[in-house]
Amino acid sequence: MEAFKEHVGLVVPLDRINVDTDQIIPKQFLKRIERTGFGEFLFNDWRYLENGEPNPEFVLNLPRYANASILIAGVNFGCGSSREHAPWALQQYGFKAILAPSFADIFRNNCYKNGILPIALPADVITSLSQEAQDTEGYQLMIDLEQQSVICPDGTAHNFEIGDFEKYCLLNGLDEIGWTLQFETDIAAFENR
Amino acid sequence: MKTQTMYEKIWEAHLVRASADEVPILYIDTHLVHEVTSPQAFEGLRLNNRKVRRPDLTFATMDHNVPTTDRSLPITDLIAAKQMETLAENCAEFDIPLYDIDSPEQGIVHVIGPELGITQPGKTLVCGDSHTSTHGALGALAFGIGTSEIEHVLATQCLLQQKSDTFEIRIDGTLPYGVTAKDIILSIIGHIGIDGGNGAVVEYTGSAIRALSIEERMTVCNMSIEAGARAGMIAPDDTTYEYMAGKRFAPKGEEFDAAVEHWKELPTDEGATYDRTLQLNAADIAPQVTWGTNPGMVTDVTGRVPDPADMATADEKTATEHALAYMDLKPGTPITDIPIDRVFIGSCTNSRISDLRAAAEVAKGRKVAENINAMVVPGSQAVKRQAEAEGLDQIFRDAGFEWREAGCSMCLGMNPDTLMPGQRCASTSNRNFEGRQGKGGRTHLVSPQMAAATAVTGHFIDIREFSS
Ligand code: SF4
Repeated sequence: MEAFKEHVGLVVPLDRINVDTDQIIPKQFLKRIERTGFGEFLFNDWRYLENGEPNPEFVLNLPRYANASILIAGVNFGCGSSREHAPWALQQYGFKAILAPSFADIFRNNCYKNGILPIALPADVITSLSQEAQDTEGYQLMIDLEQQSVICPDGTAHNFEIGDFEKYCLLNGLDEIGWTLQFETDIAAFENR
Repeated sequence: MKTQTMYEKIWEAHLVRASADEVPILYIDTHLVHEVTSPQAFEGLRLNNRKVRRPDLTFATMDHNVPTTDRSLPITDLIAAKQMETLAENCAEFDIPLYDIDSPEQGIVHVIGPELGITQPGKTLVCGDSHTSTHGALGALAFGIGTSEIEHVLATQCLLQQKSDTFEIRIDGTLPYGVTAKDIILSIIGHIGIDGGNGAVVEYTGSAIRALSIEERMTVCNMSIEAGARAGMIAPDDTTYEYMAGKRFAPKGEEFDAAVEHWKELPTDEGATYDRTLQLNAADIAPQVTWGTNPGMVTDVTGRVPDPADMATADEKTATEHALAYMDLKPGTPITDIPIDRVFIGSCTNSRISDLRAAAEVAKGRKVAENINAMVVPGSQAVKRQAEAEGLDQIFRDAGFEWREAGCSMCLGMNPDTLMPGQRCASTSNRNFEGRQGKGGRTHLVSPQMAAATAVTGHFIDIREFSS
């Protein structure tokens, strides 16, 4: 897994609550057996029109948000299916972090395993950051994982929570399977109980 | 004496390592695998030169992609075929038992697990699928995982996992006529919202839950994830032991008796406390119909499509506007005035034999309304055989329903069973997300009885007033 330490990036606001994983990556793209190639299908049904052309009204398609790497969304982002194709699609599109008031459980877990940082911040902070991203062209945020902080252009910092282990894994790009396998004797002992 | 909830007991009994400054390592007794979320996990094993630690605790089937039409014909969707082929190759390479498309045991992973006795009380069970919560109906700790975690379990038979909060949802009283397990869970989600159970393991308790059959309990636990819960579970009791007896992978003879003694220790101790609780009365629950684009957007069949203006927050107002636009519904429309085009009876929520019996009872001697396409998709080949032995297939066919082969089918439409844009469907599945059953398709979630009644009337109808 790719390590995550610090990131500065353009912010795109997706003004929706309860964005489910069926929206993030619709099922017709789950038939691939590879781990790559999902980015172009991110938010497919919102992003493209019937005829396959980009939907000019969808926020990701606005030229000012091209190359955004930080997504802001409403509560309960990533609810629904356990498909890890959702974080793969977000990551392969170019997102490094997602900011929302809350995340669905499995989705949040899946993000950590793919080097994407799901950051939960209070709803009023999310609303104001989202407003800034709409009002200010080229609005960027800096994310400092070590400090657990989202830093605005004016220097305001918003701290966020993350589990120690998740933080450690992200900072070091840790192979979690390798981590567990070092306790092989414990596993074997458990099996022989 | 220390009192514990059932979740805490199962959790503790499966800890391989738990030291204060490390994330706990939890042992997994049973791992179920299907074709859609596993290929990248096997690929990861190969890339890192790793083996499957316990192929004997791993079981695979094909369900999401499989066609539900004539199985003797070649599969026309080549990408889907490739995914199924990949699962077969991976199972052969890593020595994992596979119930493939031609197996008499094939079916939706959450239907065949319990059916074969693979799912057992007190066990930890995972699968790369969010509706793994279904298996909690037998008193197992069962939850969905992502592909990286599938790889982790394949390689180590363990998961790194933090303990969840506990949430008791207690339902006492007697369910009124025409109200089903599906209505219980939809009404719970309507109460607490689709993130109301976030991060928690829900235990369903109370006399109304005790009165449910195992299959009905599965319907309730199945949709725990639609309230955001990590898992849902119901304590084992005599109903559970009876269900387990004689199942293929269940213990036999003296071992079974010993297992029952162990299972009796699982239920939550008297006096143990949960982090959260909710109480509902079964008598207050009416048949439910969803009107929006998530399972929390639900109301009584006697209700109306809500008005965005009545929503408590600006976000909810916008979400409701979006949902009504997508669903093409006007505020204030009585639910029973909504006409439908399609009916889908199936999915891991409602495709077991008792679901098909309930739907067949409504369909018997009636006809599917004109211009409506209705289909019944059994959850497994075993359910299909049983239904055919009871003549249910004939009842459905006579009424004008299509009778299909087992699989996920139009629950998510990865196979050719999909809604056309704009079509409106009464569905016994679990998700009414935008595009879930086909791009532009509109899904209303209901119970099997309500789905069958809707098929014959052409619009939603209160099953309680539907003469039998
Ligand atoms: S029936 Fe539907 S919800 Fe159940 S496993 Fe299949 S796709 Fe998922």
